[in-house]
Amino acid sequence: MIEFTIWDILRNLLLATRWTIALSLVSFIGGGLVGLVLLFSRISRRKWLRALAKYYIELFQGTPLLMQLFIAFFGFGLFGIDVPAWLAAVLALILWSAAFLGEIWRGCVEAIAKGQWEASASLGMGRLQQMRYVILPQAMRIAVPPTVGFSVQVIKGTALTSIIGFVELSKAGTVVTNATFQPFTVYGLVALIYFALCWPLSKSSQILERKLNVAHRNH
Amino acid sequence: MNYQFEFGWLFEYYPQIVKGIGITIQLIAVGAVAGISLGIVCAWVRALGPAWLRPVVATYVELIRNTPFLIQLFFIFFGLPSLGVQLSELQAANLAMIVNLGAYSSEIIRAGIQATPRGQFEAGASLAMTPFETFRHVVLIPSLERIWPALSSQVVIVMLGSAVVSQIAAEDLTFAANFIQSRTFRAFEAYMISTAVYLLLAILLRQMLGMVGWLIFPRRSAR
Repeated sequence: MIEFTIWDILRNLLLATRWTIALSLVSFIGGGLVGLVLLFSRISRRKWLRALAKYYIELFQGTPLLMQLFIAFFGFGLFGIDVPAWLAAVLALILWSAAFLGEIWRGCVEAIAKGQWEASASLGMGRLQQMRYVILPQAMRIAVPPTVGFSVQVIKGTALTSIIGFVELSKAGTVVTNATFQPFTVYGLVALIYFALCWPLSKSSQILERKLNVAHRNH
Repeated sequence: MNYQFEFGWLFEYYPQIVKGIGITIQLIAVGAVAGISLGIVCAWVRALGPAWLRPVVATYVELIRNTPFLIQLFFIFFGLPSLGVQLSELQAANLAMIVNLGAYSSEIIRAGIQATPRGQFEAGASLAMTPFETFRHVVLIPSLERIWPALSSQVVIVMLGSAVVSQIAAEDLTFAANFIQSRTFRAFEAYMISTAVYLLLAILLRQMLGMVGWLIFPRRSAR
């Protein structure tokens, strides 16, 4: 039997971590773009658009991410569309994170005082101009901490893509466990790598939040 | 696109689905009660407890909050046996949910405790209550009342996260969906149905937690 050192295990896990990072980045950016569309639909003047975005968000927040991944992976295959694991993973993660980001950002936009809308309207600004010059610059400041905080959820969410066969950190953990018979060490290391990715983000989200609060107190 | 949707055959498998729903409900019931209790203890330690215990609890909370539930589950189910702790699938799933919700809820509850005005603690002390008595009789319930909506959301999130326990062969709703899928190759129907059931469960759970909040915190609802 081959002996595996801790370094062998760690090196293999770190190689797979690249995929976790890549998948997280793509999902976060893609989710952000779709989330923007949701945000604008959610605060749109058209009632049907608001309702549509609301149902979308409720559907994706009210069902397990794992099920969304399964439907993306197995579901489309039945229509004769061959979906590789990475594509299903990216698709499901983007749609899922969009629901959360859209809702987080809506909260931030709605936190802006009504008077700001009225003031900018009284300056003869159109809806888009109001958003562009008055509301968004202020909302973005509030939005930074929860958005950074949510990126942690995205990283943790990518772990589920191992279940549909995408080889990232979690899947590598399972594979390495099967080769080494050291589940305690391997899953312990996997957890530590996730922690090393997520904790700095959590921490900076907290720090940003505190900074923002201080800024508010000085007003 | 020539795929024909068929749902009729699902009735044949309803015992699996019902069993899966039962286990998912059991998981969340145990997880919510034990997890929130653990969260209350941890929140007390972090906000008011003995100084030497605080870093221990803080480490637990940060470790759980920054690692995926799936890995926590694998660590408990596959990893702990090396320490001589052998758990069944269901025990491991329950433990993972308790540990997970314990960490998240402790952060939420701590926020509630910290939002309690200092005067409440002073008032308790002036009635000759020990800090622990003050916490139990004066601070805890209003704190929980303040953060109940956030706590409810977290319970729903953990319930949806429980779909993952099928990966250690705990026979929850997702396990039933996988079982049906592997027997019939009708993946789309199997997962659509179970997704719909999850959505229903999430809505019902939210309603129920709202009711529970209304029952334990009559003061606010009376206002």
